[in-house]
Amino acid sequence: MTMNLDINVEHLTRVEGHGNIVVNMRDGRLEKAQLEIVEAPRYFEAMLKGRSFHEAAIITSRICGICSLGHQMTSMKATEQALGLTVSEQTVLLRKLLIHGATIQSNVLHAYFLAAPDFLKVGSVFPLVASHPEVVLRALRMKRLANDVGEIVGGRAVHPITPVPGGFTRIPTAEELGELRRRLTEELKPDLIATVETMQALAGEIPDFTRETEFISLRSDDDYALYDGDICSSDTGCVPDSMYRELTNEYIVPHSTSKHCRHNRSSYFVGALARWNNNHDRLCGLAREAAAAMGLEPGCCNPYMNTIAQVVEAAHCAMDGIAIIDELLERGLQPEAPNQEPNRFGTGVGATEVPRGILYHEYTYDRQGRLTAANCIIPTGQNLANIDDDMKKLVPEILGQTQEEIVGNLEMLVRAYDPCISCSVHMLDVDFIE
Amino acid sequence: MAAKPRVAIFDFTGCEGCELNQLNFENQLLDMLGHVDIVEWREAMDDRPGEYDIAFVEGSLSTPDCIKRINEIRRRAKVLVAVGACAVQGGINSMKNTRPIEEVREEVYGKDKYLFPTLPALPLSSVVKVDVNVRGCPMTQIEFLKVFTALVMGKQPVEPTSAVCVECKLKENECVYERGMICLGPVTRGGCDAQCPSVGQYCTGCRGLVPEPNLKAMEDILVTHGLSVNEAWKRLHLYNSHELEGLKS
Repeated sequence: MTMNLDINVEHLTRVEGHGNIVVNMRDGRLEKAQLEIVEAPRYFEAMLKGRSFHEAAIITSRICGICSLGHQMTSMKATEQALGLTVSEQTVLLRKLLIHGATIQSNVLHAYFLAAPDFLKVGSVFPLVASHPEVVLRALRMKRLANDVGEIVGGRAVHPITPVPGGFTRIPTAEELGELRRRLTEELKPDLIATVETMQALAGEIPDFTRETEFISLRSDDDYALYDGDICSSDTGCVPDSMYRELTNEYIVPHSTSKHCRHNRSSYFVGALARWNNNHDRLCGLAREAAAAMGLEPGCCNPYMNTIAQVVEAAHCAMDGIAIIDELLERGLQPEAPNQEPNRFGTGVGATEVPRGILYHEYTYDRQGRLTAANCIIPTGQNLANIDDDMKKLVPEILGQTQEEIVGNLEMLVRAYDPCISCSVHMLDVDFIE
Repeated sequence: MAAKPRVAIFDFTGCEGCELNQLNFENQLLDMLGHVDIVEWREAMDDRPGEYDIAFVEGSLSTPDCIKRINEIRRRAKVLVAVGACAVQGGINSMKNTRPIEEVREEVYGKDKYLFPTLPALPLSSVVKVDVNVRGCPMTQIEFLKVFTALVMGKQPVEPTSAVCVECKLKENECVYERGMICLGPVTRGGCDAQCPSVGQYCTGCRGLVPEPNLKAMEDILVTHGLSVNEAWKRLHLYNSHELEGLKS
């Protein structure tokens, strides 16, 4: 058995952003097991200060390309609440459709391109092009379709263009949505079913590791909460989103340019697995069947199963996307302009579920509609303490393995969270002092 | 036939949206992979080898470590391509350059600011020679494909110099000024096929300024359409603080 360990994985690959895994063990005693966040800080507060409400979402969505739609939605909700801008039901439906597209794209990208190479013991998705071409082609088809949702409804998949505070600068046509519905039904659904089969075959490669923790996500009476809802903790129950600071409690640690968070314990989990644990009763039939097939059960405390929960969610998003298009077409699309006439200037909070977990934005505007304070709390930042706690429990359990295997297990653990390190570092929490 | 070009992809300070946009060539990705060997791409693969023919680099330079790494990449790459607004002109990151750096650090990290070294956010060309630019935020996909094709064929890509307005007029779009909005199309470099005005949004200037921009005229147009002088310049600074600060001095 290994008594001394000295692991330093610099710039972990196949994750978004820059992080190092550092583990030290001396004479059987674990001295250090942590994910160091070394992403360069970007100082978003310096960009937001004094900016017009028209620009808030444009700027904050640049915190992260992979999560750009999530930031945009959360930012717009915070701005609308602060300025008293109401949006139409059509706007809410189109936003939910966009979120479904972005969730499918992000979850598929993670499951196939970032996580699957671990299950198949290869260094990247590229060798799979030759060895498993049908799987890679399927992944690309699914990603393309999900991105097309973004392009048709949002004008562009990365950093969407048409969603603005108060509505959309362009409404998709009935023909475009009808074609999207056809493809979701005829192309995406069979690919999702095949994905579940692929993941079933790989499920044996998922490490058997569990650690009880607190799971935090949105929860809604109406649907599987992604766009809206109360903040719900598996330990302490639900509260309105305005109370988000009491659930996040950010603090600075020296080994990370991203702040850490805690609530009821030393750490908590956000993301697909938290949503699954808190809201599995709100999923559609296809998604619940997929979960059963892949062995995902309610109350799951194995972080490696987050990838499986992402696939379950992708199935839900596809089916609910079809239902939303049906509703939009039944109501008839209205050519409405965005509502951008503020009727108050104050503070607003937005909370949404983005692929990696719950995201909060809070803004305060002055009477000219310019930002005077802003705060963003990012899912990956919330998960960092949980990742460190997982590593502290995992390392002693796998000491019988070779160093190479231990490193592989740790890398796979961090990747399972689908961390978005750019996001986590580019948070801000500032009152601008004039 | 000559060996396939060896391609490496790197990221510095930014949102990695440009890299994501490279993975978003779902319909072309396998064809593209047929023409090159991807030898290094941290976001998508584990391998880390030696030298390469083409390096695509995203993000701006904002820490001492970034400067070291970009010099190393330049040394190992035959052709260096800056991808996206952060790499080409500093982009959104460079907005922080307009304020004293110590003030900015203190605001975010308070007394812990010394834990995290930082520099003004610089475009790649401030530190190393850049051979080709792919502009946009995120990088314009049609432009990336053109540059990729040209480089694989051993040709020098041509950078567009005309304004977004030119492409917008060619598409016969209704001018967004007619809809009561403002737009930076007159001074912003084209090549995006007027992507934003084509879906009803104003041009935010993400592709950088045209060569020799008439900024006074741009200011006049923005003020005529309701912005204060101060607000007009803020809008212009969104993606172009580095270049505008340079023009000032």
